[in-house]
Amino acid sequence: MINVALPKGRLGEKVYKMFAEAGYECPSILENNRKLIFENREKNVRYFWVKPSDVSIYVERGAADIGVCGKDILLEYEPDIYEILDLNMGKCRMAVASKKDFYDNTEKTLRVATKFANIAKKHYASKCRNIDIIKLNGSIELAPILDLSDVIVDIVETGTTLKENDLEVIETIVPISARLIVNKSSFKFKTEEIEKIAQGLKEQVELND
Amino acid sequence: MIDERYLKNEERVIYALRSLYGRYGYLPFNMSKFEEYELYVKNKEFLVSDSVITFNDTNGKLLALKPDVTLSIIKNCQDEKGVKQKLYYNENVYRVSGSTRQFKELMQTGLECIGDIDLYDTFEVVSLACASLAEISNSYVLELSHLGILSSLLDNTDKNEEFQGAVMECIKQKNSHEIKSLCEKYGVSEDKAARLCNFVSIYGKADDVLEKLYSYNVDDSFTNAVNELKSIMDLLDGTDYKNNVRIDFSIVNDMNYYNGIVFNGFIEGICETILFGGRYDKMLKKMNKSSSGIGFALYLDLLEGIYKDFTEYDVDTLILYDEAVSIAQLDSCVKEYLQNGKRVSAQKSVPTKLRYKEIVDIRGEAK
Repeated sequence: MINVALPKGRLGEKVYKMFAEAGYECPSILENNRKLIFENREKNVRYFWVKPSDVSIYVERGAADIGVCGKDILLEYEPDIYEILDLNMGKCRMAVASKKDFYDNTEKTLRVATKFANIAKKHYASKCRNIDIIKLNGSIELAPILDLSDVIVDIVETGTTLKENDLEVIETIVPISARLIVNKSSFKFKTEEIEKIAQGLKEQVELND
Repeated sequence: MIDERYLKNEERVIYALRSLYGRYGYLPFNMSKFEEYELYVKNKEFLVSDSVITFNDTNGKLLALKPDVTLSIIKNCQDEKGVKQKLYYNENVYRVSGSTRQFKELMQTGLECIGDIDLYDTFEVVSLACASLAEISNSYVLELSHLGILSSLLDNTDKNEEFQGAVMECIKQKNSHEIKSLCEKYGVSEDKAARLCNFVSIYGKADDVLEKLYSYNVDDSFTNAVNELKSIMDLLDGTDYKNNVRIDFSIVNDMNYYNGIVFNGFIEGICETILFGGRYDKMLKKMNKSSSGIGFALYLDLLEGIYKDFTEYDVDTLILYDEAVSIAQLDSCVKEYLQNGKRVSAQKSVPTKLRYKEIVDIRGEAK
């Protein structure tokens, strides 16, 4: 049995569709109920929904053999897993944004508000820039408006929220998309099954291209 | 006499491994829990976690709770021509765990072979790694890689360290899509980029992998490394372990310390890598020793995860007594059941959480 951790939400539903089209359907997952785990014995798969930022934890610790999560999560938490496929969906980018009239005074410590402290830290360390990280859990865009921070490091999809709040992207750190991740130990003992699923998904990715 | 029922699985494995290593002439190496902090500061990247628990001794010297055993063995090893030392250890090490940043005590056992290492020694150490895993479970996998293969493949791209580091990180994660975009970004020629991406996808049985590697045609150092890997795989092919060994290049140890053959071990049901090993001549050189070294370590604390607790009862017989019963009478009753091989607990009342098979109630039975 292959345990699959899917990220709750819109992305997860799209990802499930991809699994289904690759031949790993599990109709009970679409029923509107409060069940947490869905199984298709015939196809030898078991799905469960988890919070997107927790997918990598389930996979790293082996509760799930494979899972799908955003590259942002992988960069932030750096789990010890295999990242074997770019699913090419849920595309967005990790970017630095600020108020439109922001002037970056390099003499001063840069105040950075973000959910992604590790990504921000690494990005600015590579530029030898001294920063003060302000870890927030939501409404990141508010920080520069209220002068809580100079810039924000956050996921930007269309940029609409930024625009409506008079903010703009000043730098793209890295492009983000959903990735198929695998527990290292599971990969050793369920190699063929996992390879087969990955191959099926890869064909779906190529079809969608 | 040791009653195996009372051994924890880790303990049983430790005894088995001790005798295994002893039979191959590895001598026990005992060390103190503490080591001078200086040793670790100089070799920080060799350590798995970056934080070390430190404290001052009575003379003000900074000491550390040892996060690693290999460094201490290297520090104390003789460095003379013709001398080969074979040592094993079973020690607790202290580290910071990745995500929660808490200090952890880990039980480690392992062995080191330091001196003038030849092919036989490498084969012996790798075989003992297999034998150690087999001692724990029949369902195990030992994966081997050769860092020389990796480094000559990367050098062959003629790109800087930054590129090489990023690609290594991808190889570690079997991530070929990112290698592709890195190659585009750094302007690596298409055929070399394709080869790097392909490299990620080759793993598994030795024959298939080696055949593909020989078709790569990189340079002499690449071929030499492949040959060395092949000679080990050929030797392993003649052992009982042949079906459990594979080649996998996603094992990427720090190349500043390791060189040559490196290997990792996995047990079905344990989600983490349980065995880490490899050749570390570069580490010895950094510590001004001219010898070569190879060894491995097993994380025995991970065993807790696979062995389910199958004992249905905590004790076989629960003997209930009260003040009316004399001590001598109770003692003889306990001994009677003990002699019949029962596990006994003498109590005045039934403990709420104790799982017992039978109750013997001698309350009020004063003679």
